[in-house]
Amino acid sequence: MTDNRTIALVAGVLVLLTAATAVGQFLKRHPDRGLDPAAVRTFNSRLRGWWILCTVLAAAFWLGTTATVVLFGLVSFWALREFITLTPTRKGDHRALFWVFFAFTPLHYVLVGLDRYDVFSVFLPVYATLFVLARVAFAGDYKRFLERTAKIQAGLVVCVYCLSFAPALLALPLPGAGKGGGNFRLLFFLILLVQFADCMQYVWSRMLGQRLVAPSVSSNRTWEGLLGSATSTSLLAAALWWAAPPFQLWQATLAGFVVAVMGFAGGMTMSAIKRDRGVKDYGTLVVGHGGVLDRIDSMCFAAPVFYHITLLVTGIRP
Amino acid sequence: MLSPADTRDLPPPQRPKARVRSPFCRAAGLGLAAAARLLAGASARWIASQPDTCQRVYFANHTSHLDALVIWASLPQSVREVTRPVAAKDYWTSGLVRRWLAEEVFDAILIDRTDIKVHQSPVDLMLREAGNSCSLIVFPEGGRSVSGEIGEFKSGLYYLAKKRPDLELIPVHIDNLNRVLPRGEFLPVPLLSCISFGPPLWLERGEAKLDFLARARRAVMALKE
Repeated sequence: MTDNRTIALVAGVLVLLTAATAVGQFLKRHPDRGLDPAAVRTFNSRLRGWWILCTVLAAAFWLGTTATVVLFGLVSFWALREFITLTPTRKGDHRALFWVFFAFTPLHYVLVGLDRYDVFSVFLPVYATLFVLARVAFAGDYKRFLERTAKIQAGLVVCVYCLSFAPALLALPLPGAGKGGGNFRLLFFLILLVQFADCMQYVWSRMLGQRLVAPSVSSNRTWEGLLGSATSTSLLAAALWWAAPPFQLWQATLAGFVVAVMGFAGGMTMSAIKRDRGVKDYGTLVVGHGGVLDRIDSMCFAAPVFYHITLLVTGIRP
Repeated sequence: MLSPADTRDLPPPQRPKARVRSPFCRAAGLGLAAAARLLAGASARWIASQPDTCQRVYFANHTSHLDALVIWASLPQSVREVTRPVAAKDYWTSGLVRRWLAEEVFDAILIDRTDIKVHQSPVDLMLREAGNSCSLIVFPEGGRSVSGEIGEFKSGLYYLAKKRPDLELIPVHIDNLNRVLPRGEFLPVPLLSCISFGPPLWLERGEAKLDFLARARRAVMALKE
């Protein structure tokens, strides 16, 4: 893992984060610069989040593939927990939910860890769906049947299935890359693009935002933000194409573009669910923490598409 | 049931027997509290109220078998050491594990719901067991609510307050635990729950029983937001 490109990537990220932290602290100490103090606070708390994210990822990467898969599995589990907590379920769903949490979710990640793409790509969308439908029917409560099963299904697909495509990148046989290192770089490339796209969406929306995409769903996501985020993320991906092993320049740019658009779509989707449930973020139940789901919504939408684009443009077979 | 108007003074409360728990039971208690908090995703909120080891009665809405365990687990460890849940004897003595947990780990005060003797009212038993140092966790609805609504409070809380006016009564609201382990289920689903502790209240001088019980119930409901 200690090849030059990894070192360059890690060093680049560290320099960026350190510089941003210095700027953030400077702005905090000098509130007279005419900047919105709330925006500075948001920026600083975001930065803290990124430091934590980078530390945890570095530890997981250092420990290896299994540790990384387990880490993503735990994140999925917690996100699903938040999702189902805020979704009204009935008592008839209880047994189905038990199996969803304690059998399907862990088993899916075991399949991801064992690199069984042939099984895990259908395990949740087909078999878990059939199981949930049948188990809820067996429980004997038919009230709003389709609505209830659809909620559980949506939670499973978004929080578990989609997110698991990120660690699944680690198992791809990349041409020319040594065992391991290249895959971790590819995963880190994805995470970096997702975070960057989120951030750019916010920045462009604030700077140029005029036309809201759907005012009733989100009051700060604009078409300008989407466009700006897609453009800047494509540029970043192009600039970093050397770090993502299987990609040529145009492929990396395309990946950046798609990740930004999908991340935006993920944020919109979660906003719609939150609006419907009347909460501001998924973390309101856990005092003092932002929800896990708030942090990974873009990732959930971007990961599977990034995975399949990688397969498509490079001709790799899992 | 003994005559509820019985307000004779109790014999002076005795110090409870010093419970010397084995290191194993203490460790089990710590582990169980951590596991309960993790499994029930419990976050504790103190609203206009602070955790304290002074003698208190925590009274809560009752939605699940996990309620007493999770409230107990949400208290800081120093408070947990002096807090004893009041629980139903029939449930907590069936099975070796439950009995061991109730007796050795969280030192519950077990109330026999089927055999209430005239000279041995549950309130007297609770106060005797609490002595003058232990806090109690009680569920004044008397049983788990089926609908999820908070039922009318039984009078026990009133007599507790009347016999020991020095105790702080802390309302506690339990949110979402009925979805973690609903009535009639034995396998939990790990959703997130929230335990809210409110500001203490006391029985006002001359306050009628029904007024007090209604006020206490409103205090729990107010924590629901």
